[in-house]
Parts: sequence; structure tokens; C-alpha cells
Amino acid sequence: MAFARVAWLIMRKDLTVEARSRDILYTTAFFAASCVLVFAFAFVRDGRALDDAAAGILWIAIAFAGTLGLGRGFERERSNETLRALLLAPAPRPAIYVGKLLSIVALLAAIECVLVPLVSLMFQAPLLRHPVLMLALLASGTVGFAAVGTLFAAMLTGARTRDVLLPVLLYPITIPVIIAGVRGTAALLQVDADLDMARAWIGMLVFFDTVFITLALWTFEPLMTD
Amino acid sequence: MPSGSDFKFVRVADVSRHFGRRRALAHVNAEFHVGEVVGLLGPNGAGKSTLLGLLAMLLTPSLGEIRYGQTTPATAGPDLRRRLGLLAHDLYLYPELTAAENLEFFARLYDVPDASACVARALDRSGLTERAHEAVLGYSRGMRQRLALERTLLHGPRLVLLDEPFTGLDDASVRSLVSRLRELADAGAIVILATHDLDVVSELLDRAILISAGRVVADDRRPADLRGWYRHAVAGGPH
Repeated sequence: MAFARVAWLIMRKDLTVEARSRDILYTTAFFAASCVLVFAFAFVRDGRALDDAAAGILWIAIAFAGTLGLGRGFERERSNETLRALLLAPAPRPAIYVGKLLSIVALLAAIECVLVPLVSLMFQAPLLRHPVLMLALLASGTVGFAAVGTLFAAMLTGARTRDVLLPVLLYPITIPVIIAGVRGTAALLQVDADLDMARAWIGMLVFFDTVFITLALWTFEPLMTD
Repeated sequence: MPSGSDFKFVRVADVSRHFGRRRALAHVNAEFHVGEVVGLLGPNGAGKSTLLGLLAMLLTPSLGEIRYGQTTPATAGPDLRRRLGLLAHDLYLYPELTAAENLEFFARLYDVPDASACVARALDRSGLTERAHEAVLGYSRGMRQRLALERTLLHGPRLVLLDEPFTGLDDASVRSLVSRLRELADAGAIVILATHDLDVVSELLDRAILISAGRVVADDRRPADLRGWYRHAVAGGPH
């Protein structure tokens, strides 16, 4: 009970802070939209996009925007040293991790609300033809990416080179998540959507999420202690 | 009898702390009891803040042990942190949130009973009730300091750790803080503060500990002339 309460409190606090400043939301949304626009000029010719380009660009934009959001989110905690205040509290430390994870997932979900229609429009990709499966892909992929990202971003708050180290550490570990997201989305975007293949990739993403979250919950306390 | 993770004394036993090759504290021994106001004095970089960080369990000793009554951080778990309050040099406040929201967040994080009433009392004590719903971003350093002090004391900690608590405070706030710290100690708290404001704390301290180059070089009860004692101790005089 205390675990859920603390996670909820931290998520609510993060979202309130973001609702006041909106700097992470605007920065990441603008960055993700710029990515999509640039790729659209490169990969769309005569109104036709390259095969699977939309799937790749959607997930690249999510990954880039997520990295930016993670870095800025923890920079906020670092600049005010408030992460220390959280660690001082008599709360289970894994609950702090879950609270931060939920707030990053909520932020990425908001970005995806902009990204999905934008990619659909720019690449003429029917991303919402199978909305439930697409939603499941986005949710499981976002959670997997954010699960690893939150752990690394928290771990690197004290490092001087955190801005460089975060992508260097994060991308190699999350490549399976991004590949699964791309392949699952591509399966849905085929002329005859391969729903079984999409479900298989969703299953793979849920497996990754379970592994990453379990490892993060297990390692967060020792990594954040001194 | 203290209950659960509560304690009546804190014992620092032969504690050293290194940051890489740099030694911040070396073989520090000290004991702190309820009702005491103890001053950690010393030049900049002496190790005062490191000792506060160790007592707050934000750092772990490289060598030695800190005991909180009969318990150690390893055996007590998170519940021991409920008994600690730290006002650090960084104030641990969210500038985008209002004073009321900051206090409410920490009150709920510490699971303080009747958090709303507790927050209202804290705002009243800090003199910030009228500006309780303004973002902390617009506060002066002194106002933030008063708010951070309330955040520190919100959950009624047994061990109160304060790093330069008088920074940015006006005369009235300083006097109010001095009497508040005395009241806390009289009510059964252990108050440990690191400060350079010797004139302000000369009447407040029950004990003064001088730290220099990571070592305790003097530990005396109520030095009559604190400034003279400090100068003498820093110069390496006998104690």
C-alpha cells in the first residue's frame, strides 16, 4: 500500500511540476515533430513512403524524444537536489523508481498523441487501422524503453558527463525494444496486416518489460545508495 | 522506552569517509544525546557537511559505523529515515510548486497524520501563510530557507540535522530559529547544526565540536567564549 501511495505521489508531483513549466513537453514534442518532418522529406517521394519507413521513424522519434525527456526530467531533480530529498524519505526506494517511471511514461504518451497522427499524415500510414494492437505496441514499447531509461537517468544524475552517457548506455540496451516496436508496427502497416506477427511482437515487448522492470526494481536501491 | 526504530542517542564510531583518493573524514568519534544542541564548527571543507550527510544516511561510511540507539541503517531499513530531518545547503524544494504544495508533498511522502492541518501549522510558523499558494520560484532566499526548515521538521524528526540554517534569514527569523531549535531539543530531539555564525549560536549550543581537515580536533561542553574557543582550537591549542 505504501509502495503504491509513494509511486502515485511522485508521479503526481512530477506531472504537476511539468504542467506548470511545460518545458519538457514542449521541447520533446517539438524535437519529435522535427524528426518526423525531416525524415518525411527524405523518405517520401511523390506521395509514397519507402516500405516500413513510417514504423522506423515513429519509433526513432519516440526513442529520441524519450531520451531528451529522461535527461531533462532528472536534470530538474538534480539541479534542486530534490532526488536526495526523495532518497531521504522513509519510502521504499523501488517505489520512487516506479513513480519516476510512471511520469516518464505519461509524458511519452502525451508526445505519442502528437507523433502518431503526424506520422500517419506525413507517411500516409494507417497507424490506427488496428487501434487496439497499435495501442498495445505503443504502451508496451514505451514502458520497456522508459523502464531502462529511468534507471539509467537516475543512476547518472551525479555524473558530470550524464548527457553523453545516457544515450550511450540506453540505446544498446533498448535496441531489442525498438526493433520489436518497429517490426510490430510494420506488421500492422502491411496492406494485409499480419495481426499474428504483431501479437507476437507485443508478447516479446511484454517479456522485455517484465525483465527490465524486475531488474530495475532489484537494482534501483543499491544503485542509488551512496 | 523508544519504540521501533526510535533512538535516544547517536554514536559515530571511528568513521572515515573517502571520495576517491580524497579523505573527507578520518576516524571521527562522537556521541549525541536527546536534548542536546550540538554545533559542528570548522573552516570550509573541513568535513562538516560530509558528517551531516553520513548522519542523514545519504552517505555510507568508508570505515567505521554509525548507530542510532541500538540500530544501524542496515538493520532498521527505511523506517529509521522517518526519524531524521535534514536541512542541507541545497533546500530540497521544488521551485515550480507552491509552498503549500511542497509541504503537502513531503508530508504525504512521510505519511504524516492529518497532513493538511500539519501543513497549515507549518506555513503559519514560517510566516508564509499569505504567500502559501505562490510558486517557490518567486521566493527570496530567506523565505525559501524558512520553508525548507518547515519541510525538515514537518514529520517531527528525532535527529535534526541543519547545514548553515541561518543563511539568508533576517534578524527576527534568526532569533525565532534559535528559540525553535532550543524548544526542539527540550522536547527530546537531537539537534546538530553546522554553522559559521558563531555569535548567533554562542548561547544556543550545549556542545561545540570543531572539525578540521576531516578530524575532530576539539569537543567541548558550552565553551564560555565560543569565538575565542574556536580561534584557539583552529590554531591548534590544547583542549
